Amino acid sequence: MTIVDTKIKHGDASDGILGGRLSRIDGPAKITGSADYAMEHFPEGMVHAVIIDSTIASGRVLAIDAAAAEAYPGVLLVLTPDNAIAIKTATDWTGAPPPAVPFEPFAREITFNGQHIAAVIAETFEQATAAAALVKVTYDKTVPISTFDDPRAGEGYPIDMMTKEWGDAEAALATSPVRIKQEYRTPREYNVPIEPHGLIAQWTGDMLTLWEPSQWIDGMSRTYAEWFDIPFENVRMLSPYIGGGFGSKALPTRYGAVAAIAAKMLDRPVKLAITRPQTFTAFGGRPATRQTIALGATREGKLLSILHRGDNETSMNDVAVEPLGSVISIMYATPNFSSRQNLVPVNTVKPGALRAPGENPSAFGIECAIDELAYEVGIDPLDIRLLNYAEEDPSANKPWSTRRLREAYAAGADAFGWAKRNPRPRSMRDGKQLIGYGVAAGTYPVRRTPGEAMVRILSNGTIEVASSGIDMGQGTYTILAQTAAEAIGVPVETVMVKLGDSSLPRAPVAGGSQLANLMTGAVHKAALAARDELIGIAINHPNSPFRDLQANTLTIEAGRISSPRDTGAGIGIAEVMRRTGRDRIEALRNTLPEEHQNAKDHFRNFTTIATMKSPTEGDYSLHSWCVHFVEVRVDVDFGTVRVARMVSALDSGRLYNPKLAESQWKGGIIMGIGQALLEEGLVDDRYGRVMNNNLGDYLVPTNADIPDLKVISVGIPDTHASVLGGKAVGELAIVGVAPAIANAVYHATGVRVRNLPITLEKLI
Amino acid sequence: MRDFSYLRASSVEEARRAAAMPATMLLAGGTTLVDLAKCGVTEPERVVDISHLKGLDTIRVDAQGAYIGALAKMNRVAADAAIKSAFPAVSESLWQAASAQIRNMATIGGNLLQRTRCAYFRDPATFPACNKRVPGSGCSALEGVNRGHAVLGTSDDCIATYPGDLAVALIALEAVVHLGDRTVAIDDFFLLPGTTPQKEHAMQPGELITAITIPASPAARRSTYLKVRDRQSYEFAAASAAVGIEFEPDGETIRDIRIGLGGVATKPWRARAVEDALRGKAIEPDIIKSASRLAVEGAVAHGGNHYKIELAPRVVERAILKTGAMA
Ligand SMILES: Cc1cc2nc3c(=O)[nH]c(=O)nc-3n(C[C@H](O)[C@H](O)[C@H](O)COP(=O)(O)OP(=O)(O)OC[C@H]3O[C@@H](n4cnc5c(N)ncnc54)[C@H](O)[C@@H]3O)c2cc1C
Ligand code: SF4
Repeated sequence: MTIVDTKIKHGDASDGILGGRLSRIDGPAKITGSADYAMEHFPEGMVHAVIIDSTIASGRVLAIDAAAAEAYPGVLLVLTPDNAIAIKTATDWTGAPPPAVPFEPFAREITFNGQHIAAVIAETFEQATAAAALVKVTYDKTVPISTFDDPRAGEGYPIDMMTKEWGDAEAALATSPVRIKQEYRTPREYNVPIEPHGLIAQWTGDMLTLWEPSQWIDGMSRTYAEWFDIPFENVRMLSPYIGGGFGSKALPTRYGAVAAIAAKMLDRPVKLAITRPQTFTAFGGRPATRQTIALGATREGKLLSILHRGDNETSMNDVAVEPLGSVISIMYATPNFSSRQNLVPVNTVKPGALRAPGENPSAFGIECAIDELAYEVGIDPLDIRLLNYAEEDPSANKPWSTRRLREAYAAGADAFGWAKRNPRPRSMRDGKQLIGYGVAAGTYPVRRTPGEAMVRILSNGTIEVASSGIDMGQGTYTILAQTAAEAIGVPVETVMVKLGDSSLPRAPVAGGSQLANLMTGAVHKAALAARDELIGIAINHPNSPFRDLQANTLTIEAGRISSPRDTGAGIGIAEVMRRTGRDRIEALRNTLPEEHQNAKDHFRNFTTIATMKSPTEGDYSLHSWCVHFVEVRVDVDFGTVRVARMVSALDSGRLYNPKLAESQWKGGIIMGIGQALLEEGLVDDRYGRVMNNNLGDYLVPTNADIPDLKVISVGIPDTHASVLGGKAVGELAIVGVAPAIANAVYHATGVRVRNLPITLEKLI
Repeated sequence: MRDFSYLRASSVEEARRAAAMPATMLLAGGTTLVDLAKCGVTEPERVVDISHLKGLDTIRVDAQGAYIGALAKMNRVAADAAIKSAFPAVSESLWQAASAQIRNMATIGGNLLQRTRCAYFRDPATFPACNKRVPGSGCSALEGVNRGHAVLGTSDDCIATYPGDLAVALIALEAVVHLGDRTVAIDDFFLLPGTTPQKEHAMQPGELITAITIPASPAARRSTYLKVRDRQSYEFAAASAAVGIEFEPDGETIRDIRIGLGGVATKPWRARAVEDALRGKAIEPDIIKSASRLAVEGAVAHGGNHYKIELAPRVVERAILKTGAMA
């Protein structure tokens, strides 16, 4: 029961504390270097582990000769499959029960180049590194299938779950007056966050402490607990700050098991920081994809059919789906549709999640294809998008909760000056620079998992918010402080947020762009409960200064409680706490539905993704939307592409903090520019090895590559999507950037590049 | 990284004596050396730190030319006003090299001696075959990922690109490398791979670079450096050109022209055929275009780097036009 009705501000995003453009609370600590990241801890007696990886992509380890390494100064242990203590296989992230076989972090059968086969633990990192180079591995080599272009890779196998069909796409295509059919490709792309991966593992009896950057404290803690067969509560994971993850720090890794095994065997804290080259193989990035898209349309450009076949590479023994049908199946209205997807196993590490897995390459395909159709029928690329606008979700047949894409087109086109575009390719020029304008849309679903938070009102009137949810730079600390401040009615500076510690209340994965929405929901609920209790005490407690006013409602503003009958400045929270003898008020709340309020479901909710709701569960289809307008300049002789200008209009619903949301969008756009122009894992087919496995050779954009980016919010609060009206932010803005650039390059040059990245040799 | 002994040299003589010992490497800014040590490519037993030597970081420009001490930092040279006006291509080549952080650390001597970015060279644990690292072991790049590899000056044994920018400007401007007692013309300082790709320059054990000098000339004063690459900053050249031109008094007939080519050859490359074709000619677009094609005479591609044969002449052409148009 709520004693007082709080006003939940659903209006203008700039309304109230939540919705304000507060700078990041953790900013000063990061700028001044006082923010200690997980691996910046130095427990006493800590030693260092270095992983040894396979240098072949396919075959078998015949022998590991560790004698020289073992004799090297400082070496404590050379860990191999033969001497590592056995651990159990853990439940996977979907919650599927594990097979009753041991979990082997080291491989004997080699399925990719860079697979962990052994580790050296020594007193210093340098000793471990030098000794690791002395370990001699002999292999029985077989010829790898390095990419899905190898004919021996075959067609792969279908993933029936990915099939989406309505109408009769093939028949409708055959009779369509206008048809286009093309193949679109994206290469292997990598997360390469600037903070490398790794961990420090320490055992105290059967308690395991892990300092590890993690996008999912509770999910990863569960895995460690199950590996070592200890209670979940015995694992303490700390991840106070994360230097970027982009999807790559959400799941437990094999090297994590190695560090914890070594720590147990040596009874010393073990630090294992993987090297930059290992960030290309210790976990996977986005797999290479190829999509064939056939569009059938009327002469006016109205879609009659979409026929889509997609493949992504996967590893030899794992199913890793990059859902290529995700955007193409909802972006445009079409009476006939068919999308299917195959996985093609190759000798690579199991692909992982990289910002907008699925949506990103899916949008690259359809948003280029629709552009090609626009030229084919001779209409403006923006007009063809409006002509085929999906008024409801064509795949789920449900209304959109909100879809402000039309508004985004209008606002973006206006701010960009789209009307000034000469429709003819290669018609705009400035000296040696060919100028092109391009447009493409993007979308990202709203995923929902219940959250949990503790809110405390302390005796000094300050507020504490606690959750194991994490902040990897996206602003969790800040928006949760804003949420609590607004719900209780205190200045945001008096709210202290604690995150990234498994001893705190639980949180699901910070992935799928869900965390901000679910955590603001949980904190809001807990904060209101704490506030209710405070007001209850203020009204009812015999020593309360409000007791005599006989009030039945009180308000809290700027940290002061007052009664409508009282015209004074009110009384501070600390004073009320003191007079009523309370040292704290605590409210622990979660947003699980009533029927799941039990220990088992609670655990499952936070340690697996089984309870994550899809965007179409319920009466509406929930998605964020965006459109990017790009001006490129392509050097007529050199083929170098420069993004000169970009305007993006985005619908993420209500923004809890526009400054931080804009910065997430811009980060996504910058990553999209890198994807369009630079990023590509170059594989040597003979060895199945990614050759540019370092930041000198795997190119991501520099400041010089990024023009001023204009982002415009066109969202309105969407309370179908989340408690406080927000939709997905983090992964939205990368979607659609690459096709917008590819479309602009076509407009500039008349050359259609359908395989990313658009490097200069493709244009000269 | 293996343990090594560390000596901080207090004089050039001491550094030279130490450098003459086997398995010894000089350390200047360390941006190449430490990087390669981490890759396991260089495993010195002794490291001789020369970065504290006094008097080796002088930058002096007079009527004869420039004297640049081996320990002068890239950023200081790039920003030097006298260098900028008398040798603009030198300043520009440095500004466009590496990153601000690296330029703050890295020295001119170390810069000349930077090693190739060939990924096979840089990964000994995975690729035992590399003639540059282990003579006679083979070349992994010939049939591998070689988008960045050379098309000029290659041999059957090695196709690694010389990656640096500064040396390309220096080749064009005919700089001289000072090794204490003796000097070597820069074109002779860098060696072609031939059958000995492990030998990259003309220094003998116990020698070190003390300075470079660049003769002043009208062509040096009217010079530019043009670097083409996919990323706008912090990337090695896909192709680059340093061009210096001296005109006859008529202002359009080329009296002297010097062209250095980067990013496409196994050593900093002098495009003499283009120079010869243009000396005495008027600076006209058609003439320049056809002469520029001569830059890649005899070029050989190995698959991924074929585009360089198309790109390099275009870069030369643009650089000549740009230099010709200089005020
Ligand atoms: C990611 C990255 C990107 C880069 N991009 C570019 C680029 O775009 N363009 C470019 O030109 N360069 C680039 N570089 C290379 C950089 O410019 C060189 O690393 C740097 O100039 C080397 O100078 P240093 O003083 O640090 O040399 P060190 O690393 O100290 O030495 C390099 C080598 O030279 C030897 N040496 C040093 N000084 C002397 C001397 N006086 N006499 C004899 N031997 C000596 C050392 O023994 C060592 O073998 C890049 C480097 C990196 C790491
Ligand atoms: S190109 Fe030269 S450096 Fe590269 S692998 Fe071949 S021999 Fe070694």
